[in-house]
Amino acid sequence: MRSLAANATAPVVGTVTPLRRLLRSTSTRISLAFLFLVLLCAIAPSLLSPHDPYQQDLGNRLLGPVFSERAHPDHLLGTDQLGRDVLSRIIYGARITLLVCAQAMLLSAVVGTLAGLFAGYMGGWFDQIIMRLIDMQLAFPVILLVVAVVAIVGPSLTNLIIIMGISGWPRFARVARGSVLSCKEMDYVDAARAVGAGRWRIMLQHILPNILSALIVYASFELARMILLEASLSFLGLGVQPPVPTWGGMINDGRQYIFQSWGASFFPGLAILALILTFNMLGDDLRDALDPRLAND
Amino acid sequence: MLNYLVRRLLVTVPVLLGISFFSFALLYLSGDPTDFLLPVNVPEATREAFRVAQGFDQPLLVQFVNFLGRALTGDFGTSLRFQQSAGSLVWERLGATGELALAAMVFAVVVGIPAGAVAAYRFGGFADRAVRAVSLLGQAIPNFYLGVMAVIVFAVWLRVLPSGGRGTLEQLLLPALTLGFGLVALIARVTRSCMLDALKQDYIRTARAKGLTEGLVVWKHALRNAFIPVLTVIGLQFGLLLNGVFVTEIVFSWPGVGRLAIQSIYSRDFPVVQTIVFLSAVTFVFLNLLVDLLYAVLDPRISYR
Repeated sequence: MRSLAANATAPVVGTVTPLRRLLRSTSTRISLAFLFLVLLCAIAPSLLSPHDPYQQDLGNRLLGPVFSERAHPDHLLGTDQLGRDVLSRIIYGARITLLVCAQAMLLSAVVGTLAGLFAGYMGGWFDQIIMRLIDMQLAFPVILLVVAVVAIVGPSLTNLIIIMGISGWPRFARVARGSVLSCKEMDYVDAARAVGAGRWRIMLQHILPNILSALIVYASFELARMILLEASLSFLGLGVQPPVPTWGGMINDGRQYIFQSWGASFFPGLAILALILTFNMLGDDLRDALDPRLAND
Repeated sequence: MLNYLVRRLLVTVPVLLGISFFSFALLYLSGDPTDFLLPVNVPEATREAFRVAQGFDQPLLVQFVNFLGRALTGDFGTSLRFQQSAGSLVWERLGATGELALAAMVFAVVVGIPAGAVAAYRFGGFADRAVRAVSLLGQAIPNFYLGVMAVIVFAVWLRVLPSGGRGTLEQLLLPALTLGFGLVALIARVTRSCMLDALKQDYIRTARAKGLTEGLVVWKHALRNAFIPVLTVIGLQFGLLLNGVFVTEIVFSWPGVGRLAIQSIYSRDFPVVQTIVFLSAVTFVFLNLLVDLLYAVLDPRISYR
């Protein structure tokens, strides 16, 4: 049964696997290289960071980056309002960003995929309820809702992950539901049913693997969205709390002192921008690689 | 058409009910609503009296029905910080936010649609690559970061524009461009791909064959047909615009609903937060409805049964 399902979807392009097609593109290689760097920062920040990110040096407050006038050769990207090294704080900030965003994305992927899978496969009243729930949640401005809920329950790491995770499930559910609808009439589903496979088995073993590529592509875009959301939250002071370095929080700290120094908010923003760009481009490239018919657009 | 309208409205009802319930339930997320509404040091007896006076001692469902009844008449309770009706407080700020959102939308449409159309017409050329690069960037750059950078460049370095406040046209410029930038990117991208489709159609060949000028073919025949998906995106992305409003208004000290919302959250002014959450969701639902209906007007091929 499974080999039949695999044959039905395997792209007929000889030995060129999606992975190989993916790695052929320069933009993918750049995004993956950058992603690897950020991962390294998140896993072992002490390897890369030149200073302790919490070490204050009030004599050297608000220094500019090394190429500007008010600079110190020890601080490549300058210092913040407490004299902490900006580069080190950006490196340590990667951990929080990736930790929160990846887990929140996974949570919304699991919840959303299951909801969409069920809704699409079962149809009927269950589908109706899920669809209305999706409409409802998408009607709220995400930021306001997340900000309000975080303000009520408190910005702990766990709360942030759960709330951001819940904020993303409707989109995953939509993608999953759409893909299920288009493949539940396929022959392999009928075949599975004919040999007596139950609902669960059909959904999880026959349909899920076939909608996985759409979901993986979507997950990449969703990660980009989560990074934006996390950055906005910490910019508003409702993310992981100081003194833990977060990129959004650093922009907000630097914002109070832009008349003295622009570096403290410029560079962390660059990190956010680059990471969002990376996941957006990765998503585009993944889509092209997984669906060769679209590759030329 | 009327039939469709009625059915569409009927589907909206459960969504609106759900929205109301959620806005209502916000107050109960951490347990006792009097925690938010009263200062910490109030004695338990006063607290209890307040509960009875506000109806917090009644069953949840009764409270929800009361909330709904009051919301329908525009009564959302009293702001704790301003000692003023939350509804009128929001109403006062609505003009500022509307002005900002409209300016951003106009900017996005005026720049985004021609940019996308030109990119599609010069497919693969320099203009196309430039538009694609800018729209990739526009979708990745956080609103608040763009805002802070704009302030650094135009207010701190060049000193040509003010860094915040509302009143003059100069003060509107930076927040509107900041808020609109992401939208420009999106509209340009959608216009581009729809124009690419439209330019391949038979009626374009026909238009060219009968000797129409290139300008007329592109701007009238192709763009008109590409317009409907673009309109969908504009309509749906109004939600995105609403998201950007909160941080943009904070960055530029714009005295609108978004800044009021964030400040109310900081000062735990929950009646105001509830009002804004509720009203923005309702606005979004009706905007969607409006976009759906506009299709029918713009595109006679779409018929609703």
